[in-house]
Amino acid sequence: MRELLPFGSLTLIICILSVLKPDTFLTMENFMNVLRRSSVNGIIAVGMTAVIISAGIDLSVGSMMALAGMVGAYTMIAVGGPDPQGAALVIGTVVGVITGIVCGLLNGVLITKLKLQPFIVTLGTMSAFRGISYVMNEGQSYNVPSYKYLNEGIVLGIPVSVLIFAVIVAVASFVLKYTRLGRYTYAVGSNREAAFHAGVNVDLNLIRIYGLTGLVVGIAAMITTSRAVSAQPTAGIGLELDIIAAVVIGGASLAGGRGTITGTIIGTLLISFLRNGCTMLDISTNVQLIVIGAIIIAAVAVDQLARSKAEAGG
Amino acid sequence: MTVVNQEDTSRGSDAALRMRGVSKRFGPVQALLDVGLTVRGGTVHALVGENGAGKSTLVKILAGVYRPDSGTIEIHGQRYAFDKPEQALAVGVSMIYQDLDLAEDLTVAENVLLGNEPRGYLPFTIDRKAIVAKTAELAKSFNFDIAPTAVVSELSVGDCQIVEIIKALARKASIIVMDEPTSSLSETEVERLFEIVRRLRQRGISIVYISHRLEEIVGLADEITVLRDGKVVHCESVTKLDISQIVRYMVGRELKEFFPARDVNIGDVRVRVDNLSSDRGISDVSFDVCAGEIVGMAGLVGAGRTEIARAIFGVDKKTSGSIVLDDEELSINSPADAISYGVAFLTEDRKRTGLCLELPCSWNVTLPNLVAIGMKNVIRPAKENKIVEDVGSRISIKWLGPEAPVESLSGGNQQKLLIARWLLAESKLLIFDEPTRGIDVGAKKEVYTLLNQLAEEGKAILFISSELPELLGIADRILVMRRGRLVGNLTTKETTQEEIMHLAAVEEN
Repeated sequence: MRELLPFGSLTLIICILSVLKPDTFLTMENFMNVLRRSSVNGIIAVGMTAVIISAGIDLSVGSMMALAGMVGAYTMIAVGGPDPQGAALVIGTVVGVITGIVCGLLNGVLITKLKLQPFIVTLGTMSAFRGISYVMNEGQSYNVPSYKYLNEGIVLGIPVSVLIFAVIVAVASFVLKYTRLGRYTYAVGSNREAAFHAGVNVDLNLIRIYGLTGLVVGIAAMITTSRAVSAQPTAGIGLELDIIAAVVIGGASLAGGRGTITGTIIGTLLISFLRNGCTMLDISTNVQLIVIGAIIIAAVAVDQLARSKAEAGG
Repeated sequence: MTVVNQEDTSRGSDAALRMRGVSKRFGPVQALLDVGLTVRGGTVHALVGENGAGKSTLVKILAGVYRPDSGTIEIHGQRYAFDKPEQALAVGVSMIYQDLDLAEDLTVAENVLLGNEPRGYLPFTIDRKAIVAKTAELAKSFNFDIAPTAVVSELSVGDCQIVEIIKALARKASIIVMDEPTSSLSETEVERLFEIVRRLRQRGISIVYISHRLEEIVGLADEITVLRDGKVVHCESVTKLDISQIVRYMVGRELKEFFPARDVNIGDVRVRVDNLSSDRGISDVSFDVCAGEIVGMAGLVGAGRTEIARAIFGVDKKTSGSIVLDDEELSINSPADAISYGVAFLTEDRKRTGLCLELPCSWNVTLPNLVAIGMKNVIRPAKENKIVEDVGSRISIKWLGPEAPVESLSGGNQQKLLIARWLLAESKLLIFDEPTRGIDVGAKKEVYTLLNQLAEEGKAILFISSELPELLGIADRILVMRRGRLVGNLTTKETTQEEIMHLAAVEEN
């Protein structure tokens, strides 16, 4: 029921835009477009949801995405020459995704083994991953002109990136609801000491969560690379804040123990439709920033208010 | 703060502090009832009592932390009603808590004058030189050997206490309350502290001295007030009392609570702990627990009872010793290991180390048991709820259902939820650490009944408690801890509260 509020807001925004711009907004094409644009953010937000439920944070996702893309594209070119094709693209994609996993595991290991705060560790890796991305090709991008499938491919009438997004959402929802990993994540986030005393291997669980976040960031990185047909060291700058905003609007608590994938998806779509709608209504991107900022604060404030009322009543 | 009555100034001028008729209730618990405390100027007044007797509540009322439900406070003949700790400080009442509250990264001088810094020449600035000079002057006038510019985090606990004392003096305290000041001091530091306390007394400052260490009190205090169950049971000059008399006043209550009877059927030894030591201060502890036996564990706060449980359960690192359960030597390095061997630990602080409050009851119950109930890979919520509902109804938990968040339950039911967790785990050795703390009398009885049932099922039970009547009423045998060592292994039927308290509180030389 926690998603009720963001879901209501989302519906409201869609309704308003449908009335204001029935011809351009309320079309299948526009909706698919929004979904496709949401897929990269949405995929990463799924990982971020788990991290935030565990009472952590991952500020490095934007930089990690750039690095995974750079390593993936570099591999494609190293294997298949200046315009890599077929197998080289597949190998590069796999290597890019693995890069994401390695980066995520690194975050997890640093956080648990050095007993550092996730904020600090990922602030550090955010800078380091970005630095490596720049160093790799002296600040230049790697062009992979034929790497188009993840962006343009369509299966059963649905864009591949949207399908990947859907699969990740389904798997992540299942993991969080129906597996020990998910259950332990909520427990660790709610009360780390209590989880430890109940026999949960807290460190291992956190490393897994950060590793899986790395995995989804790696996948998102390859979709982004495909979209631009090049890997850019500047990809995903500031992305982490958008992602965190989506998760928080979706009802997750930065204090841990609270959050759902459904909420996060709604949060992601809310931001995407807002952007889409603002563009259609000729509202400048600068004003969009103000609107989104206000919505983040309003969403959390209303949620808090509802919670304290529920507590007072119960 | 209001000065309630100004006429009283002439009377009782030799009393620095006079508290009268003080009562305080926390929910269902009557922490203090009609308590009086009179401290003469320039004396050391000891305040003693068992854990939970109301000592801390009383001094917190004096310090303005709590407001009493009724009663009056007179300081040097003037009546006050404090709303805030600052008001008590302003009229010369300073508290030195057991866990000192100094700003660790600041210097001695900065701590001493925290909140009272002399102003500098420019607005919003502090005169740093004056801070150091003032502190040095205070330290010198009382002959304290401490550098005003030293950073607090680099000082020993004993030195930190001196900083607290100087801080109190800087605020012109005439009454200083010390809560268990010696609990973490070395022998030489204790001696030095006593010396300082005597010096303060000479200067006319009154000290309210709370301690469990009765031998200290006999040597140091002038007068003593004994609290028991929130009431004053005795008050007189220390010279007229010896330790065993004080102990008798502290524990001398009737076994009023009802303890359900049980068929005691003690079997073979199930658990054998040998020479257990840990990095948290327990050393060479050895004991057995038999099947069907409830072994109680007594001791003062900080005696190492919880630390034994933590060492067995794999929370703290063992430095030596072995634990054998059903003839199998256990190799436990984490709570997960302990649980897999069938060891359960109900922690004393259920909010901090027990429960995930915002999560559903069912999740909390199954948290350590998901593999055991066949949900290693996939959790089936319907079946999970059914299992939790069954175990919950076995011990009649009152809840809205297994899916309700834990925070919607009462304290007693939260405690039962944790017990349900370990019932479900089919544990063989159950360690209960203060399982009845903070729950009402009815819930306590239910917990006792549960303990009895578990014992009748042949489980081995270690029952840690600070309430002696409860230990005497429930346990078959009582282990007594003092300063990390096992100092007594008594058969309940053949012992008394006085004997246990004596072992727990009195240092043998």
